[in-house]
Amino acid sequence: MRRIIHIHEAILCLGLLLGLGAARADTTLTIGTVNNGDMVRMQALSKVYEDAHPGVRLNWVVLDENTLRQRLTTDITTGGGQFDVITIGAYEAPMWGRQDWLVPLDQMPASYGLDDLMPNVRKQLSAGEHLYALPFYSEGSITFYRKDLFAAKGLSMPEAPTWEQIRGFAQALHDPAHGLYGICLRGKAGWGENMALVTTIVNSFGGRWFDEKWEPQLDSPEWHKAVNFYVDLLGTYGPPGPSSNGFNENLTLFNAGKCGMWVDASVAGAFVTDPSQSQVPDKVGFAKAPSAVTTKGSSWLWTWALAIPASSKQKEAARDFIAWATSREYGQIIAQRHGISAMPPGTRLSTYESEAYLKATPFAKVTLEAIRTADPTSPTLQPVPYTGVQFATIPEFQAVATLVGRLISGALAGNAQVDKVLSTSQSAVRRTMARAGYYGR
Amino acid sequence: MSFSSSPPRRVGVLTASPAVIMLFAWMIVPLVMTLYFSTQYYNLLYPGRTAFVGLENFAYFFTYPSFWTSVFNTLLLVGSVLVITVVGGVLISVLVDARFPGQGIVRILLISPFFIMPTVSALVWKNLLMNPVSGLFAWVSQLFGLTPINWFADWPLLSIILIVAWEWLPFAILIFVTALQSMNQEQKEAAQMDGATPVAIFRYLTVPHLARPIAVVVMVETIFLLNIFAEIFTTTGGGPGDATTNVPFLIFTQALLEFDVGAASAGGLFAVLLANVVAYFLIRLIGKSLDA
Repeated sequence: MRRIIHIHEAILCLGLLLGLGAARADTTLTIGTVNNGDMVRMQALSKVYEDAHPGVRLNWVVLDENTLRQRLTTDITTGGGQFDVITIGAYEAPMWGRQDWLVPLDQMPASYGLDDLMPNVRKQLSAGEHLYALPFYSEGSITFYRKDLFAAKGLSMPEAPTWEQIRGFAQALHDPAHGLYGICLRGKAGWGENMALVTTIVNSFGGRWFDEKWEPQLDSPEWHKAVNFYVDLLGTYGPPGPSSNGFNENLTLFNAGKCGMWVDASVAGAFVTDPSQSQVPDKVGFAKAPSAVTTKGSSWLWTWALAIPASSKQKEAARDFIAWATSREYGQIIAQRHGISAMPPGTRLSTYESEAYLKATPFAKVTLEAIRTADPTSPTLQPVPYTGVQFATIPEFQAVATLVGRLISGALAGNAQVDKVLSTSQSAVRRTMARAGYYGR
Repeated sequence: MSFSSSPPRRVGVLTASPAVIMLFAWMIVPLVMTLYFSTQYYNLLYPGRTAFVGLENFAYFFTYPSFWTSVFNTLLLVGSVLVITVVGGVLISVLVDARFPGQGIVRILLISPFFIMPTVSALVWKNLLMNPVSGLFAWVSQLFGLTPINWFADWPLLSIILIVAWEWLPFAILIFVTALQSMNQEQKEAAQMDGATPVAIFRYLTVPHLARPIAVVVMVETIFLLNIFAEIFTTTGGGPGDATTNVPFLIFTQALLEFDVGAASAGGLFAVLLANVVAYFLIRLIGKSLDA
């Protein structure tokens, strides 16, 4: 204990020395965040915030998504108190809020404009009456396609394609001899990788994860149809080795001009149209995520948001910081520095009322539509007991979807039959749910 | 030993006891805690729902869909790496045992992979060598007009075996080269004078001489190979499917992806058991070969 005090003193002295007495370094906010492009930009802007708030220093812990989630979960469940601000998603926010692990954020100043946040996004980050996290950016899933290739083949992408049409286009475009693949999709195992996409396909085929009594539905005809379709589509018209491709790998492939189509998160819109990283910036078209028997749940909804753990000792300073990082003003700073299309998408209605933004970003309309139509409280054709479009907001979901995702990626790599995978998944999911006490333990 | 009058012995026991108790506690406390947690339903995501569940965690872990695959993969991984390192190690060390210019440098080069951290060597293999688009192997196979192999998707377990064997071959070479230096040269010369072929010398002199170092290599490597984790974590993440999931990786998925402390503890105890079973058979096997 004594040593810890010494270290604190030493750090404080160092801080004072560095600040040469000009700024009192009496508050240090430790911020855990994910290494996505938009958050890295936020980190680069710390100076702006620190200059406006003398006495506050920002200490960043930037990790990849999985590692961050492990660190945050172990820290918050054991009351570690390492972090003052954490970056969490739509999955954690309501669950952790309900456990009282997060500070409710309903009392924001009027200037912040809580009403300016998109209703669906707010719904995702709330539990009961309370809002537990403020959205940093939000995404739906949309279809990206190459307008030039479509024109060359005389094809035209409808505004709202079906999966069957997508399959036809993929077949027409597929030309592996020239390094062009019909479609790129996520195949890498993980509940936030392949399962995000697979769940939306299952939703659009009319399936669901659980019925009203929490019985898993993975052995249902809808799941069979959907997963067989997915494995066949990606296996036949996808790039080689799709089972190791996640969001970033597909983005690289698409930017290198190797994919005819790609169905993934709408945030990629800013990257594929950016000439500094894409080889096809002016050739990309955007359409809604494909549907099959229903459009319900065919596009996912995900939000990265900032929250304050209940264990933080500097809640007021933390609240001030996340209000700044998710404010309209922050969007303006980003627009000035990086161009208007780099503004954090999908969280504020005012962004989409701006003519300048709509003009600069060809994907703005379809992004807005995807977020507006995805309803986490009623994600599927048949009724479900859970909320969340491409996930179920229950603690067990991470475990079961990780497992199912691993099995499905195995089917994609050709190691197992889809039928076998789904029946194994069904019993495994049921086992985990029974263990957690869903069926009257 | 024999002059054991009782007072000095008591002093000896007394003075040694702090160290012994320390060591005992150091070993037993984590084990007991694991035993305790293995009987609890304890999921980090459900604080306050901790409850005694008896042997349910074990039942849960043993019926996990990837369980048998992971045991099989563990044994296959240990077995193949042992075969590669022992056979390759013996052959290479016999080769570099003969005098030739630059011997010192060659030996250092042979041993150096052992000093590279597992994570680093896994990354080097994954990104610089085995990558199907930009890797060295892909470049070589394109040079010959062949389609590059997609190592981690098509041959996942083989890729892991190759990486781990590359890391452990130097250890085997190190031991065998040292052992060969203590070989009786006069005996070898006598055999040559009697007209024994190099193959016969290898078969009847070198290999028997190496029996003991081989046993050491097999023992030490088995202990470490049962715990291979970093290479799998950095390259394949246990997949595709569960093709490269071994027992340590399965325990990791329980503890840090599902936050199920109970099942992970049960898995940890199973791993201890597995290590002991393997060690038991190994010692019997090697014991026999040493007698012969």
